[in-house]
Amino acid sequence: MEKLKLVMIGNGMAGCRTLEELLKHAPDLYDITVFGAEPHPNYNRIMLSPVLAGEMGVKDIILNPLDWYRENKINLHLGKKIEKIDRVNRTVIASDGTKAQYDRLLLATGSSPFILPVPGNDLPGVIGYRDIADTDMMIEAARLYKHAVVIGAGLLGLEAANGLLLRGMDVTVVHIADWIMERQLDKASADMLMHSLEQKGIKFKLNASTSELVKGESGRVCALKLKDGETIPADIVVMAAGIRPNAELAKAAGIHSNRGVVVNDTMQTYDPRVYAIGECAEHRGVAYGLVAPLFEQAKVCANHLAMHGIGRYTGSVTSTKLKVTGIDVFSAGDFMGGDGTEEIVLHDPSGGVYKKLVLKDEKLIGAVMYGDTSDGGWYFQLLKDQQNVAEMRDSLMFGEMAHASRVGDVGHQGHNKAAMMADTAEVCGCNGVCKGTIVKAIKEQGLFTLDEVKKQTKAASSCGSCTGLVEQILASTLGGAYQQTNPSDKPVCGCTDHNHGEVRKAIVDKHLLTVSDVMKELAWKTPNGCATCRPALNYYLISSWPHEAKDDPQSRYINERHHANIQKDGTYSVVPRMLGGLTTPDELRAIADVADKFKVPTVKVTGGQRIDLLGVKKEDLPKMWEDLSKAGMVSGHAYGKSIRTVKTCVGAEHCRFGTQKSMSMGVKLETMLFGMYSPHKVKLAVSGCPRNCAEAGIKDVGVIGVDSGYEIYVAGNGGIKTEVAEFLVKVSTDEEVMEYSAAFLQLYREEGYYLERTCHYVARVGLDYVKKIILDDAERRKELYERMLYSLQGFEDPWLQAVKDPEIRKRYEILAV
Amino acid sequence: MSTWKTVCELIEIPVLGSRIVRSESEGDIAVFRNAEDEVFAVHDKCPHKGGPLSQGIVHGKSVTCPLHSWKIGLDTGEAQAPDVGCTKRYDCKVENGMVLLNLA
Repeated sequence: MEKLKLVMIGNGMAGCRTLEELLKHAPDLYDITVFGAEPHPNYNRIMLSPVLAGEMGVKDIILNPLDWYRENKINLHLGKKIEKIDRVNRTVIASDGTKAQYDRLLLATGSSPFILPVPGNDLPGVIGYRDIADTDMMIEAARLYKHAVVIGAGLLGLEAANGLLLRGMDVTVVHIADWIMERQLDKASADMLMHSLEQKGIKFKLNASTSELVKGESGRVCALKLKDGETIPADIVVMAAGIRPNAELAKAAGIHSNRGVVVNDTMQTYDPRVYAIGECAEHRGVAYGLVAPLFEQAKVCANHLAMHGIGRYTGSVTSTKLKVTGIDVFSAGDFMGGDGTEEIVLHDPSGGVYKKLVLKDEKLIGAVMYGDTSDGGWYFQLLKDQQNVAEMRDSLMFGEMAHASRVGDVGHQGHNKAAMMADTAEVCGCNGVCKGTIVKAIKEQGLFTLDEVKKQTKAASSCGSCTGLVEQILASTLGGAYQQTNPSDKPVCGCTDHNHGEVRKAIVDKHLLTVSDVMKELAWKTPNGCATCRPALNYYLISSWPHEAKDDPQSRYINERHHANIQKDGTYSVVPRMLGGLTTPDELRAIADVADKFKVPTVKVTGGQRIDLLGVKKEDLPKMWEDLSKAGMVSGHAYGKSIRTVKTCVGAEHCRFGTQKSMSMGVKLETMLFGMYSPHKVKLAVSGCPRNCAEAGIKDVGVIGVDSGYEIYVAGNGGIKTEVAEFLVKVSTDEEVMEYSAAFLQLYREEGYYLERTCHYVARVGLDYVKKIILDDAERRKELYERMLYSLQGFEDPWLQAVKDPEIRKRYEILAV
Repeated sequence: MSTWKTVCELIEIPVLGSRIVRSESEGDIAVFRNAEDEVFAVHDKCPHKGGPLSQGIVHGKSVTCPLHSWKIGLDTGEAQAPDVGCTKRYDCKVENGMVLLNLA
């Protein structure tokens, strides 16, 4: 069958990102043709300012080299401007007569600088600031001439002025409003910014409107005349007074356009064969001029071009960051405030710091910062998430560090000031990646997302504790171009576009029972997934359909497939179960015997009160288990995303302070939960009195005995980031402890995403939600408890299975040749 | 010179799984079977830190190392970008339901 024809007009960042996304979804659906008016492949337009300033070269900012087009079989026409869209014959016609037919047309024509309608605006030396040609012209002018005038003190104008200044020109910025960057800054911050730019050498004329550009003897522009009569010498005039979406082509073809080409939430224009994206498009009345929204649009557009038909673009909140070296400005949202808003302001003019936060209904709605912008990313996230900030209000102004330290947070999940870190500072402790390496990769390889940085630098790709910090580095390096994705919305992995929630819902709603059924139902992109998605799918299947879905050992991580813990040299560690950390002389003798018999090099007591036999060869595992089974010992699950241990203190059985029998309570809990697989590992502890020797405050479920009963705490974590468990409920009997703990864990098993610990799960859904279900709704609590008991019913010790079943036992044997 | 040796029956290797074959001259070799019943053999050591590839999760024509998740192409022995490295591969085939390995 002949492929559909996709023609793209425009070869910029929004369009090419759409093609990249489309090629990921449906690499063979279309014959793709691209027309670009410029003679360059797609480059990073937002990096033109550093090029002008001499900090980067043109080749540094190329995003898709010509090879990329070739490799993806894209028919590329450079330097050809499309003059006409013939919608009747579904053909586009370029200035040189080249024609191309389309089944789908993608308009990605971008925008143009607004050229002031004043006499002389067409003189040589008068330019906009948009592309590589403009940048080259400015660099050339800086070499030959002295005087430059920039009209417009917005983001682009100031970056142009800074670049020309650095290239040795005498620069004046003419601006019509009362203060510079009035769209992004309030007066106070703008004044500080203007002051420091003046100190660099840029001159400003505010409240000034241009009446005429004067022609010199050479025919080139020589001066700019203001309405008040003042004349400023000018060998080059840069128009940076705003942009206009390039919608003329669409308008001429009869496609409905206002300022830009009007599109719906799927980026379709009024002609359903024609899509528009990026700066030329107008979505819900807004034409965006920043890069981050364009990438969101690209995702949605590609999804629809690929005929997946999911995904909707609903608009973006944007933030801006000025790229002038040495000056930090950040603004986002509604920073001017107004009726019903409150402002928190910190202003230190001599220290060069200004921060203003605008709040409405206890939420952050806008922020302006000058001088110290290191918390910009954090504020922007609070703003986009519409998070209630009432509780952190008194420390909000002092940034994320202050907030984090106030809540006694000793973890370091990015709670550092990325922007202030030295390039040599280590960011990722697992893989030894320093900040400079990450920044360099972001700039040179044109990375925009956390996943790209993980892949290219390995930072944040192991334990993930530096994820927040890497995101901050992305935000501070890319500025407004960075768009943080909500982790819950992220696809499970590269094999699918579906997120964890969607996958589980499909498994539950459609009663799917095998990994391959899920992949078929949800149109997985790879034949049998990968090491990321398969274990997740297997967990969702067995937890959603206990006793129905069959466990797939090949979709288990090796530890769970072999019921032992793999070590760095490929040997395994074996941890026999000791309920509640209790053992007997007979058990210890059995452990000592196997350690002797199999020459176990290391025997260690674990943090969970068990004995770990380290350095066991794979082929010895079943033999060792056989001996341990004979002594009545079973698998301790120390290797799995499963119940690990219930740690106990001595308690009322022996301790003179004990109020409750913590050992027997612990044994009861651990007996009940034997064989429980979960999204991530689960650890419990029971202490017999509030002295809490079992450290129940940092466990997934922590039980603390008091004279009148037990207090139950949930969602604690002692690992990567210490999280103190939160108080759930106080109960009086052992039976209630079992019911409430099991109900909470079952809720987590049913709703937690794979590899999400209880603390992350509770942070995501909120403790109030958990309380509503577990505490306020006795019926649901009982149902959860029963579902837990049902799914654990008849669980067989995996060690004994491997000993008894020759088929399983064979998997541990080594073949010989 | 080809030195094809019989290793085991195909059904003795789980689908999307592997077996370790120990050779005196070559050390441990991981023999994989994928979903299409193709078989592959590579030296059972990840080029990264020597992890036992035989214990990884098999997908398509690749295996993910259980230690640090490098992805190794089973038909080439090469690590997938951005990682760089290569582990030795051996010719391997199925004949009459038997898996044969060539160590030459």
